[in-house]
Amino acid sequence: MAETAYWEAIRRAHDEEMARDPMVIAMGEDIGVAGGTYKATSGLFDKYGETRIIDCPISENSYTGIGIGASMVGMRPIIEIMSINFALLALDTIVNAAAKIRYMSGGQLECPIVMRTPGGTAHQLAAQHSARLARMFMSTSGLRVVTPRGPLDAYGMLKSAIRSNDPVIIIEHEQMYNLKEEIPDEEFFRPLEGAEVIREGTDITLIGYNYSVHLCMAAAERLAKDGISAEVVDLRSLKPIDRETIRKSVEKTHKVLVAEEDEAPVGVGSEIITGIMEDCFFALDSQPVRIHAADVPVPYNHKLEKAAIPNADDVYQGALKVMGKI
Amino acid sequence: MNDADKKRLLREMIFYRRFEDRTFEAYMERKIGGFLHLYSGQEAVATGVLEMAVVGKGKENDYVITGYRDHIHAIKTGAPPREVMAELYGKETGSSKGRGGSMHIFDANQNFMGGYALVGQPFPLAAGLALGAKHKGTKQIAICFLGDGANNQGTFHETMNMASIWNLPVLFVCENNGYAIGTHIARSTAQPSQYKRVDTAYNMKSSQHDGMDIEEVMAAAKQAIDYVRNEEKPYFIEFMTYRFRGHSMSDAKGYRTKEEEAEWEKRDPIKIFSKKLIEAGVLKEADIKAMEKEIDDEIENDIIKFAEESPEPKVEELTRYVLDDNPDPRWIGPLQK
Repeated sequence: MAETAYWEAIRRAHDEEMARDPMVIAMGEDIGVAGGTYKATSGLFDKYGETRIIDCPISENSYTGIGIGASMVGMRPIIEIMSINFALLALDTIVNAAAKIRYMSGGQLECPIVMRTPGGTAHQLAAQHSARLARMFMSTSGLRVVTPRGPLDAYGMLKSAIRSNDPVIIIEHEQMYNLKEEIPDEEFFRPLEGAEVIREGTDITLIGYNYSVHLCMAAAERLAKDGISAEVVDLRSLKPIDRETIRKSVEKTHKVLVAEEDEAPVGVGSEIITGIMEDCFFALDSQPVRIHAADVPVPYNHKLEKAAIPNADDVYQGALKVMGKI
Repeated sequence: MNDADKKRLLREMIFYRRFEDRTFEAYMERKIGGFLHLYSGQEAVATGVLEMAVVGKGKENDYVITGYRDHIHAIKTGAPPREVMAELYGKETGSSKGRGGSMHIFDANQNFMGGYALVGQPFPLAAGLALGAKHKGTKQIAICFLGDGANNQGTFHETMNMASIWNLPVLFVCENNGYAIGTHIARSTAQPSQYKRVDTAYNMKSSQHDGMDIEEVMAAAKQAIDYVRNEEKPYFIEFMTYRFRGHSMSDAKGYRTKEEEAEWEKRDPIKIFSKKLIEAGVLKEADIKAMEKEIDDEIENDIIKFAEESPEPKVEELTRYVLDDNPDPRWIGPLQK
């Protein structure tokens, strides 16, 4: 076991998979000579060369499309998009091509690409660098969407995503790249599907994904001091969603809160709570609550930004509301 | 080119025209749904270019990709015509098992990598196919057929740039038929000569040729394909052509004059090549008539019959092919708890 930062875990997965399989390549802006905006490919350009660590011009839609085309003939491209905001430029090739080619071709072709991109708010990056957008990708048939919460999943899910035959969107987070965790030295994999109970509890289920998992964990600590036992579920995969794990937890606690960093409309919380209504409505004994961002473009000013984005205290207060304590 | 090849190519072009004419009839009979974009008038381009490429040899083929006007490109690459027709009929035996339709013909066994309905989307996909071929060192090239209208998409500029800086073995074939759907090129495009849009801008070799004379198409395509394959660099080749039918079936062609259509019909690629072959004594008018009869019989008795009689996809299989239907649990799960 070694303490590993999130970015180091991603880098290690790249390195091992590229060493194993010559069909694995990485593409993105500044990933090669410059070492990657979040260092996820640092040092790999020298090791694998410019034909496998490909520095791309600022042309997100077409370099994603080139990765997709290459994947159709057996390559395994890992495409880095510097910010999920920029992934909007690549929606045509992701949503209209990668997600649909297997189906449109009657299963003859597949697009085993991995797209990695940070989707979250950091500190005062303002509206055009703070999008989250998980809800947009999770609504597209033909994609897998996963959100590793820490180094263990960042490494293990990237390894799985590279080997999976489906297009996989991995949504990371600017505030998690330096997060550290002990992970095994030997190779391991973490599956792309399946939610995970990462803290057991009996009184309320707190559901999060990506960075909001950490808000839920912090809130759970505080609730414990109040004598409230919170269970925390990390969704891990937003497409498909593991409804079974959610149902089991809700049937145990009878209360639920969903925390998302994105805006609420047509969002992760809407989807999860609707699923709960369909799967275990009668298990609930209080109204579910969503904790989410304000429905505004993310502001630059730090006070406004703080007001727009949910934090651990918001999750804590939300949980008290579900518990009928406020 | 020997006489047998000349006769074969003329037969192919007549077959393509008749095939499209027959799809038109089937569409009017409501046997074919959705949108239908016919290739009539442009046959010399796909036929001539792909004649010079590696096609019809299965997985050894060059990679071919195009837009939604894709039936003929698929067939010339090696897709069985009866499967293309069955796809138009939405049948399980179709090229894409009835999931794609007219605009999305695929035949992976022949490296026909698909028809795409987002104008300009095949540019980067083609460059990616070329990147894959180059990476694997197979000497295959990618050939991307698109119309002049596609060149006003961002993907055109982005892809020309990357294909050039990365030396990708891809041939971009611009079928300039003068109209982006129903808007004349003079009203949509600042530089009407498409090949001029890549030479200095993206440092890519390019040229422009008559697209109605198959022999001229073949001569130009051979040079371009040799260059792409041997130099491992991209090439942009433009053919001046015309589509005789509307953009799609709903097109009343109100944007162009009868006089213009008549002028281009004089340059019908089938007429031009027939005339040449008759004058050279390769065949007679009566031979062409016999050829047409034989083609019509084949289309009716084999191709249409196959499409008509084939089963539709099963509704129970609606959700097949969305994701890998047999995923490896090591990568996919379930998560061990």
